[in-house]
Amino acid sequence: MTAYLAKRLIIAAVTLVLASMVVFAVMEILPGDPARLMLGFNASADQVELLRNQMGLNAPLVLRYLHWAGGLLSLDFGRSYTYSVPVVDLVRERVVVSLPLALIALALSTVIAIPVGVFSAGRQGRAGDTLAMGAAQLGVAVPNFWFALMLIYLFAVWLRLVPAGGFPGWNAGVWPALKSLLLPAVALALPQAAILARVARSALIEVLNEDYIRTARAKGLPYSAVLWRHALRNAMIPVLTILGLQFAFLLAGTIIIENVFYLPGLGRLVFQAITQRDLIVVESVVMLLVAAVIAVNLLVDFSYAVVDPRLRGRQ
Amino acid sequence: MTMRVDLPDETLAGVLAKAFGNRSFLIGFAITLLVAAVALLSFVWTPYDVTKLVIADKTEAPSVAHWFGTDHFGRDILSMIMVGARNSIAVALVAVGIGMGVGVPLGAFAAARGGIADEALMRVNDLVFAFPALLSAIMITAIFGPGAVNAIIAIGIFNIPVFARVARAGALAIWPREFILAARAAGKGMTEITVEHILPNIATLLLVQGTIQFALGILAEAGLSYVGLGAQPPMPSWGRMLFDAQTRMVTAPWMAIFPGMAIVITVLGLNLLGDGIADILDPKSRRQR
Repeated sequence: MTAYLAKRLIIAAVTLVLASMVVFAVMEILPGDPARLMLGFNASADQVELLRNQMGLNAPLVLRYLHWAGGLLSLDFGRSYTYSVPVVDLVRERVVVSLPLALIALALSTVIAIPVGVFSAGRQGRAGDTLAMGAAQLGVAVPNFWFALMLIYLFAVWLRLVPAGGFPGWNAGVWPALKSLLLPAVALALPQAAILARVARSALIEVLNEDYIRTARAKGLPYSAVLWRHALRNAMIPVLTILGLQFAFLLAGTIIIENVFYLPGLGRLVFQAITQRDLIVVESVVMLLVAAVIAVNLLVDFSYAVVDPRLRGRQ
Repeated sequence: MTMRVDLPDETLAGVLAKAFGNRSFLIGFAITLLVAAVALLSFVWTPYDVTKLVIADKTEAPSVAHWFGTDHFGRDILSMIMVGARNSIAVALVAVGIGMGVGVPLGAFAAARGGIADEALMRVNDLVFAFPALLSAIMITAIFGPGAVNAIIAIGIFNIPVFARVARAGALAIWPREFILAARAAGKGMTEITVEHILPNIATLLLVQGTIQFALGILAEAGLSYVGLGAQPPMPSWGRMLFDAQTRMVTAPWMAIFPGMAIVITVLGLNLLGDGIADILDPKSRRQR
């Protein structure tokens, strides 16, 4: 178990370092001089050169990387070129929108998908299963941003139940804030739930063919107990794997969904930063998202060991 | 000689018979064929010229003259969807080609060699998977500029590790088999065995993954175009049409409804096709998908 966890931890750390190098390298080859950008096009070459020196842009590549990476570790992401405020402040403001959004979506997706998967697996091949999996098949095909537009049309334009976009901020109260995250979360969650339900169903069906399920049935356990307690637990590995992948997808999905709903989140920040060539913001947000993905995948790896005792003995 | 031990009863007639009895396959195949036909038809005929702006007809609701209505420039939505299909198919198809062309050799090589080569490939895979694909696609198009070609590259790059992983896993399952041992005993080299025995046996897996990535590519292209990083106007694209529709949801909802349905139907068709192929060629996966 320890060896397994240690190996996963090392792999995660190596991946994180490599990822930071990739992000840094990508930003290096992006066109546009940050110093020139900050000073505007009327500035003289000397002024630009001076600022380049001040910003450390003329230092050797390796030093700049180490400086940047070291800063990341101490949560010093540098200053935004366009907003002229520390990037960490920008991120802090936005993360309170994006993270709840992704988490609500993940929770929604799980809460919808697992019961549907169990329901379908229990009625394999019957009408209910066909209907549920037909719906899931459709859900997988729906682009979340289009689904978002349709939700806006239905709930905000027609029924006027929720705001069509914007975010009042958590200071306006938990309910108004949650209300404006509701549609985006549903838009993100449903297509993901469709994928998860399919995975849960097929994992369950595989497990249901095992001998120990027959034994559990033979000793008189009701089918629902076998399904929820024995089968579901054993089907958790593929479900957890997909959940981990979906978190990455949800984080990325927020970029587009936040643009649909005009939510001031990380996704919108990174998108505006790209169009404004505010590289340091792009670098920081991308790195943050990548770190989040790696952390979640590490958690998933750890949870394998919890769910599947066989892994504890293995390397 | 090629050995395909996985499919002992495989004959063309047998496969065809199974294909005609498979609902997923039939529906998926019909939809995919329809979309491809519409895209091809758009080269020679569309109801209206999509490059012509007719301001007098702007944002007209669906009618007999314009089945799906018109957009804010008076262009016929149906015609734009037809032309947009070309763009979606081309981007997704080439992206799958890039992913397969690079990923499959990498995965097959890693499986054949094992050891450090394998470990290195898996670590690079982990690395690419750590970047949410859409975010990276946005970064790539931001660096090289928006456009259909860069969208293809961005989506293609993220298909590479997917195919590498599938090819590797498939190949690893074949390598310990007895007929491979026989081939090795016969003095065949690693490359020869991979080409003659491994690849034919993982072709099904790759084909199924190919349809899945094709569908995902269409979704990704729509997403990129939607944020303005895919195909550029005046070239119609489904994602771009949805972007134009976004601010007009109240006055012209049809501008959003129909292009979105085009995406859903296309992706649905491809997914059904993939499921069907998996069912037909690999009975083990039947009822499990």
